[in-house]
Amino acid sequence: MGVKALDHESLNENVKKVQYAVRGELYLRASELQKEGKKIIFTNVGNPHALGQRPLTFPRQVVALCQAPFLLDDPNVGLLFPADAIARAKHYLSMTPGGLGAYSDSRGLPGIRKEVAEFIERRDGYSSDPELIFLTDGASKGVMQILNCIIRGQGDGVLVPVPQYPLYSATISLCGGSLVPYYLDESANWGLDVNNLRESVAQARFNGITVRAMVIINPGNPTGQCLSEANLREILNFCHQENLVLLGDEVYQQNIYQDERPFISARKILMDMGQPISKEVQLVSFHTVSKGYWGECGQRGGYFEMTNIPPQTVDEIYKISSISLSPNVPAQIFMGLMVNPPKPGDISYLQYVRESKGILESLRRRARIMTDGFNSCKNVVCNFTEGAMYSFPQIRLPPKAIEAAKDAGKVPDVFYCLKLLEATGISTVPGSGFGQKEGVFHLRTTILPAEEDMPEIMSSFKKFNDDFMEQYEDVKM
Amino acid sequence: MAPPVTVNSINPKVIECEYAVRGEIVILAQKLQEEITKKPEAHPFEEILYCNIGNPQSLGQQPITFFREVLALCDHPSLLDKSETKGLFSSDSIQRAGKILEQIPGRATGAYSHSQGIKGLRDTIAAGIEARDGFPADPNDIFLTDGASPAVHMMMQLLIRSEKDGILCPIPQYPLYSASIALHGGTLVPYYLDEATGWGLEVSDLKKQLETAKSKGIDVRALVVINPGNPTGQVLAEENQKEIVKFCKEEGLVLLADEVYQENVYVPEKKFHSFKKVSRSMGYGEKDIHLVSFQSVSKGYYGECGKRGGYMEITGFGADVREHIYKLASVNLCSNISGQILASLVMSPPKVGDESYESYTAERDGILSSLARRAKTLEDAFNKLEGVTCNKAEGAMYLFPRITLPEKAIKAAGEAKTAPDAFYCRRLLTETGIVFVPGSGFGQVPGTWHFRCTILPQEEKIPAVVTRLTDFHKRFMEEFSD
Repeated sequence: MGVKALDHESLNENVKKVQYAVRGELYLRASELQKEGKKIIFTNVGNPHALGQRPLTFPRQVVALCQAPFLLDDPNVGLLFPADAIARAKHYLSMTPGGLGAYSDSRGLPGIRKEVAEFIERRDGYSSDPELIFLTDGASKGVMQILNCIIRGQGDGVLVPVPQYPLYSATISLCGGSLVPYYLDESANWGLDVNNLRESVAQARFNGITVRAMVIINPGNPTGQCLSEANLREILNFCHQENLVLLGDEVYQQNIYQDERPFISARKILMDMGQPISKEVQLVSFHTVSKGYWGECGQRGGYFEMTNIPPQTVDEIYKISSISLSPNVPAQIFMGLMVNPPKPGDISYLQYVRESKGILESLRRRARIMTDGFNSCKNVVCNFTEGAMYSFPQIRLPPKAIEAAKDAGKVPDVFYCLKLLEATGISTVPGSGFGQKEGVFHLRTTILPAEEDMPEIMSSFKKFNDDFMEQYEDVKM
Repeated sequence: MAPPVTVNSINPKVIECEYAVRGEIVILAQKLQEEITKKPEAHPFEEILYCNIGNPQSLGQQPITFFREVLALCDHPSLLDKSETKGLFSSDSIQRAGKILEQIPGRATGAYSHSQGIKGLRDTIAAGIEARDGFPADPNDIFLTDGASPAVHMMMQLLIRSEKDGILCPIPQYPLYSASIALHGGTLVPYYLDEATGWGLEVSDLKKQLETAKSKGIDVRALVVINPGNPTGQVLAEENQKEIVKFCKEEGLVLLADEVYQENVYVPEKKFHSFKKVSRSMGYGEKDIHLVSFQSVSKGYYGECGKRGGYMEITGFGADVREHIYKLASVNLCSNISGQILASLVMSPPKVGDESYESYTAERDGILSSLARRAKTLEDAFNKLEGVTCNKAEGAMYLFPRITLPEKAIKAAGEAKTAPDAFYCRRLLTETGIVFVPGSGFGQVPGTWHFRCTILPQEEKIPAVVTRLTDFHKRFMEEFSD
């Protein structure tokens, strides 16, 4: 019997090529160590609830009621649930004939898509069409769906920031396309220079690649930078000139830790720029319930909004959505609640505000603590986390460390991160998982560990790092 | 310059793939629905009757109370800390929720889990598989997914390298398979189920199709079997299953066993046997056969489609391949936690002695016996129609009657530029509001016509469905009689 279909050598090459470091080597090693009894601090994924962040109360109350509607018939339900949660559960149940257990419209429940559209209108000041909003099982599924539509083959390239969140590189690999990198400038707080974009596109075209789309992650992951309005205008002009569809990953739009550059959506700027560009640039914007101050990663709730995509293409995208039948309904309700939270005067409003502010203010403090902590370490330089959930310090590894890594058969930042893990239990993701300039090394950690644990974590890191640097900077004669 | 994302410039595999279950007829039905909502007299019927999709709860089927109690408690764990909760929830649902939450670090149901799903839940599911089959199951072989469909996609992604890779699929089939194969750029290699023998599966036909494909330069890599069948509803006899397993072993094919309807069996003379059980009972172990079994929370008696819960159990793969499967799963981080919890409940429902056991059993049996009755009623109704024959639905949720259309009708369909079965279905929709899916959406022997109808409308609505359908059919046949 020859090679069987699922023998390693006969697997789809695109699958073999895929890398996703966020749950790769470091994470697997950390899990092994955890099983052996070592205390591990997982800072490899933006997974707030796993590090002690509490879910917001109101949405959980509403979804629990929707999950078990017979509770609403119980005269004592008011003992366990506030009246506004009860009312809101009834509101969502009225939208779903059949309740949470029925497949919804493949694009998501119309009532919730309408709430999303209204949210976008309040946020941006421009109306949004619910028919062009598709709910998905997490933003990742939406990204995969759109990239799969765009990429026809190896000849199609997608501009992706370096460093990037490796969903993009993995998906482009899986779809058999080409990743066209554009480098963010670490010395300018991970700023985006349009000249870098132009250079990348020219290089790609020289290599015979048709560049079709551009990804921006705003606020950035892993880099955290918030794009300025000027930057967004430049990007939109660039996409217009070069005929690129802009994919705006805006999942961290609620996570902003400085006041100079608040979040502005790509769509708002596009509309501000007026015609012809506002009617010509194709844009897909992504959002999620996993980040922000909600952190409801486990629900798998997200959406994408399409702007200036032709109706026939929208139909094709709908067709692909329909094969998966529908996104999960409980997460759709979470999305509705997120875009349409309790209002002043609602019974749960004060609690909602208190919980939300508490989380956001703490994240802001932790962003600062971590940045400063890293900057106090030998050979470590760290840009401030302006937004998102991560810190991405640069680790200036001495030549001897790089050599030791080579001898161990490891990429230098992987070598460093493994040693960090073994010494301190801190599980990070090496910068090579996100992309970086040749010879420059980083690691990504989240800013999510509990505030009270931060000082110890940072001092534990500092001790390890400074010892490591001393060890490998020693010149032995 | 043309904009980059037009129909002319998107991935052609996207254009090529089709999915009739929510296709043209359904889009028209939704349009008509909107029209009736605005103006009730707009059409000669009061409501649209969706018989196109296996979506039980959208048509009034009630969820299993115990499952929803547990899910609600897991959605809002602080309920477990309140004394009033005992007054509103059964004690065993409180206990089960507590047990599940203990398996989740920090009771954090909002956190991404392990990419294969929460370990404790996989343990429960593995135990459930073992209790069902009498053979052990390894929790590390289980991948929890957002419904069974994403797991199917994952396997197609793994298996298909180019259009030279073929996947054997039953005709008629559930069009997830044809769509997924098209999306991944592979080739569907059809094998025909035999309508004359209750949609039987002949291994000799499998062999024939395999050889034909090979002679065309296709590398056939896997065999899809849907048991119980969709749309065809047959439950395979154990002997048949043994032949299939042997065939896969001899030909080195991956057996992709879609078993999402395993709890939907309506005839006493047939039983569901999982392909894993059959393989192991033949003495075939991990080294002998690559097997992937798919299960879902969407069907059975639980019908929790909207939750998107399911899993695949993969056995017989080397560690290096499993690493790649894990890697693929990890790019999406994990499936939704609520769906994972539900999958564990489905595979480990209340037992004798549990407080909820009797009410659970009553709900379950009520739903299953009603489904069996509706299957029979509709089967009989179809068989009474002129020119229509309908095989029994031994299982699953569908009937797939064959219709012999008069020449005149076929000609009219040609003029309308639609397939004859789509023509019939369209007329049925516009005159009665009933939504069936044309057989061409599932595949059929060329020159034969079918449509798929679910058995899911509520029992009280069935007489109305039968009457409307019968009257329409009579009129249609008269109009197009030669």
